[in-house]
Amino acid sequence: MSEQELMVDARGVRKWFGANEVLKSISLTIPRGEVLSLLGPSGSGKSTFLRCINHLESIDGGRIYVDDELIGYKQRGDKIHEMKPREIAKQRRKIGMVFQRFNLFPHMTALGNIIDAPIGVNGESKTEATTHARELLERVGLADKADAYPAQLSGGQQQRVAIARALAMKPKLMLFDEPTSALDPELVGDVLDVMRDLAKSGMTMIVVTHEIGFSREVADRMVFMDAGVVVEAGAPRDVLDNPQHPRTQAFLESVL
Amino acid sequence: MTTDVERSTDDDVVAIPLRHPGRWVAAAAVIVVLGLLLNSLWNNENIAKQYIWQFIFDPRIIKGVWITLAVTLISMVIATILAIILAIMRMSSNPVLRGVSFLYIWFFRGTPLLVQIVFWGYLGLLYKQISLGVPLTDFHIFAVDTNTLIPAFVGGVIALSLNEAAYAAEIVRAGLLSIDHGQREAAYSLGMGPGYTLRRIVLPQSMKVIIPPMGNETISMLKNTSLLAVVAVPELYTAASQISSGNLRQVELLIVASLWYLFITSVLSVPQFYLERYYARGNSRELPPTPMQQLKRAIGRMRGRADNRRIAAQAHEKAES
Repeated sequence: MSEQELMVDARGVRKWFGANEVLKSISLTIPRGEVLSLLGPSGSGKSTFLRCINHLESIDGGRIYVDDELIGYKQRGDKIHEMKPREIAKQRRKIGMVFQRFNLFPHMTALGNIIDAPIGVNGESKTEATTHARELLERVGLADKADAYPAQLSGGQQQRVAIARALAMKPKLMLFDEPTSALDPELVGDVLDVMRDLAKSGMTMIVVTHEIGFSREVADRMVFMDAGVVVEAGAPRDVLDNPQHPRTQAFLESVL
Repeated sequence: MTTDVERSTDDDVVAIPLRHPGRWVAAAAVIVVLGLLLNSLWNNENIAKQYIWQFIFDPRIIKGVWITLAVTLISMVIATILAIILAIMRMSSNPVLRGVSFLYIWFFRGTPLLVQIVFWGYLGLLYKQISLGVPLTDFHIFAVDTNTLIPAFVGGVIALSLNEAAYAAEIVRAGLLSIDHGQREAAYSLGMGPGYTLRRIVLPQSMKVIIPPMGNETISMLKNTSLLAVVAVPELYTAASQISSGNLRQVELLIVASLWYLFITSVLSVPQFYLERYYARGNSRELPPTPMQQLKRAIGRMRGRADNRRIAAQAHEKAES
């Protein structure tokens, strides 16, 4: 596979929290347009790895390239330099992220949440940003909620606004950190529908999730992580129905 | 509109309300004591009330009110700006900035305000001239006599702002700390830089926590301006005591000053109310109604009651016929 076809290229990523090594040399490549589902018990490092991809966490070893750009650092000769916050911010614009706890801005309406970054960061005009935001709200099924504040929305609606907010920056890659874990069961479906549509539209997505059914249906590939290493990777059907590694087997038995 | 008459059925709870005789006794006792106190002041022969009415709109007092207001507002604005800077310094990862901010707050909270005011008054003794030039040489771009550059008014404003900034810095810091870290992460993930995130996301949300105690601080500041009497700034209290030193009506002029302080405090709570409402937007709890909304609701309730009476009367007539 040639380099141009890779959206994410993580090479030997290592991360320490104090004396605890949470990522032990993770290497993963994600081609453009792929939907990758990250699975694993809590504490396996899957969320940390996701947060390293947009440099919400710095890394202690290895390299992460997104869209052929080294994330968070600059390579000059054989030396590696930390980036300025402004440069990191610029890199993050093409990487959307959706959080477990939604993290909508409570002092702004749904529309305000969506248009703030495109206007303030990308320099779009207000009319341009608003038109795009209304299209996105339509797309996530919340066209009538533009003027509602987050506190007036259900968890599922908030998460769909959060997805629209991330999409408003026209990202090339979307990261989902357990997007349905904080939702009431009957609200999960709407959020998964939006993600399914997004996957169909060709977006490159990395999804940390416990939704096995969703992963089986939507993901192109599934990666099982445990204790900071990639234990198993492959097509969802193979990993789920015919796990090779005993740890994968044990985990799936406890989940399914 | 459905009527009360239609809704009522046989098992309606029409209970006789529980009586609270204790409340009535307590209220009566408090009113009696309060009445005696007010009576003793009102009918006190040693308080000549005509002096209060004579001086309450005296030009010197009015000028004092304006100076008090100006000192309060200017000092609060400077203090708030300084406080935001100090709070950000205190939370910075740079140990020097953190240390300086800590020392500043330690010093200005740890010494009496009165001492600080007098100190700024005596600055001229410490530095005869203030000049802008190249340090450690004799080259000066300009040099001014300290007492010319810093008259009593400016010195007073500096003293009050620097002192207030130390307290306000902790209020601002508490506000910044109250914001969930997920808000910053969400902002960063959208490509916002640290400065933009602070301005657009963190500070506006902190305001909800910052404004109520800052309202308190503004009222403290208003009353602390009276300390500027020691450096002869002609604010409200100074004006009142200067008049009373002429006519020996100290108590009457203290009452004049107090009435003005009470009046300004009441007026200042109005912008606080609307600021709090503005920054509470998006909150799940219902906002307190504005006076206009209360008025509308009261009128609505009165209409409702009139409607109910009319409907009840009609039902009564129908039942009789």
